[in-house]
Amino acid sequence: MIEKNGIVEAVEEIQPGIFILKVKAPQIAREATPGQFCNIKVSDSTFPLLRRPFSICDVEGETVSFQFNIVGEGTKILSKLKKEDILDMLGPLGVGFDYSGEFKNALIIAGGIGAAPFPFLIKNFSEDKNIISFVGGRSKKDIIKYKLKNIIASTDDGSEGFEGNVVQLLDSELHKFNSSNTKIFACGPNPMLRALSKYSIEKGFDCEISTESVMACGFGICQGCNVEGTNSDRFLLVCKDGPVFKAEDVLL
Amino acid sequence: MKNVDLSVKIGSLVLQNPIMLASGTVGYGNEISEYTDLSKIGGIVTKSVSLHPRKGNPPNRITETSSGMLNAIGLANVGLEAFIKDKIPFLKDIGSTLICNIAASSVEEYVECTKTLDSEDTVKAFEINVSCPNVKDGGLIFGNDVNNVGLITEKVRAATNKPIIIKLSPNTASIKDFAQAAKDEGADAVSAINTLVGTAFDIYSKKPKIKNVTGGLSGPAIKPVALAKVLEISRNVDIPIIGIGGIMNWQDVVEFMICGASAIQLGTVNFINPSVSEEIIKGLNEYCAETNLSKISDLTGSYSL
Repeated sequence: MIEKNGIVEAVEEIQPGIFILKVKAPQIAREATPGQFCNIKVSDSTFPLLRRPFSICDVEGETVSFQFNIVGEGTKILSKLKKEDILDMLGPLGVGFDYSGEFKNALIIAGGIGAAPFPFLIKNFSEDKNIISFVGGRSKKDIIKYKLKNIIASTDDGSEGFEGNVVQLLDSELHKFNSSNTKIFACGPNPMLRALSKYSIEKGFDCEISTESVMACGFGICQGCNVEGTNSDRFLLVCKDGPVFKAEDVLL
Repeated sequence: MKNVDLSVKIGSLVLQNPIMLASGTVGYGNEISEYTDLSKIGGIVTKSVSLHPRKGNPPNRITETSSGMLNAIGLANVGLEAFIKDKIPFLKDIGSTLICNIAASSVEEYVECTKTLDSEDTVKAFEINVSCPNVKDGGLIFGNDVNNVGLITEKVRAATNKPIIIKLSPNTASIKDFAQAAKDEGADAVSAINTLVGTAFDIYSKKPKIKNVTGGLSGPAIKPVALAKVLEISRNVDIPIIGIGGIMNWQDVVEFMICGASAIQLGTVNFINPSVSEEIIKGLNEYCAETNLSKISDLTGSYSL
């Protein structure tokens, strides 16, 4: 649906370069499920022209929040929004995480800004789940811990936690878990997701990955966000078939 | 506000208003129907259909440019058989005029698609895509050769009595010659313009931002070019024109009609504001009332040079 009059409640820089945007958007808040996204028009003008897709980070009452870093003009504009500004948003869009299963251990794997969808997912897990968050980044400053639980960090340069990438970190911990009662939920850059998908399939663990893509419409008409499917004679669309896929269903 | 007649005629095709949704920007109607009431729209042009399914180009297919976007989707579509079986049933009841866009890699394929769809009552007209810039076979090759455009029009004309619209490429020296060829061979209208060939590169990887290297430029960036092409056809060829290119609002629609368009198509704007047609129709009503225009069709070609 379109929520043309989302009201900005706050833009907070939670750590250098990482922002949380909170928008009052009652309809989206009511319908959103973890892993879905919104396609946001960041300005009224034709600059930028297209909407920008963002994972829903959290929902509190009528407020929907998004986590982002500055990558281009769109996110720069978003970071400068003020309280009471109006935002035109499409959402909630796409297929989110399937977190309803019988598993006991939920392993969150987040690379950099890929931490974005997990606060909302964690909040929606039933209370009996054992949640562990594996959070990776290049360096200590890139580790995002916002609203995550039971964090184990890895950094490429060893400035915090495990020295190496987050998939190597997972490999060092995975012997503690059994594939029959453990599910992996991941989001991060494509090379990370590619490596993780291969790894989790090899180890026989259920794994869902939240992917990203350049996107225009966000609801299936522009066909711009295609990704190769494993068993499909058509391309899959990140916006409609995803953004969350089973690891074995896509070839990134 | 007094009643304004928004209906327009394109050859024998009557539309309730001049707003059409462009091929490739509305899928097969169902996705966008969540955002807009399709029964309020003059016409819907479905995504190009070809005889056999096409997977389309690998990612990345799109990138944003200044006030525009490049796309190289590569005519991904379900193919004629699935289109008739799975897509037409939904389109039957939308309450808008349905126009099928056909893309092909040979004259025979254009004819076969047209003949097969001719018996579908839901399909009211055909738009023949002779100008897709993103596939290696067909498309642009046809669109760049005035004799081919004439030949395809002639053969498709012989295959159906329904109105035929030829979608013209701007990537030619003289678009009016193509419009003339379409008219001479019996086309009811032309639509102009398809996208302009463009590209964009990443300055660090030195790679193109879309896998196909080049793509079709659309959006407000191309509006002045599109207007000039519409005007060129309007001043030289007596054939109804459907204006396309970067239309974002009702003011753009009025501008295209003044330059000679009988109707217009909304394209890229559907990706940004899928309910824009309702705002545009409201704006057109108000403009007509404000300028004492009882029939919007009187705007067509009303330029004063």
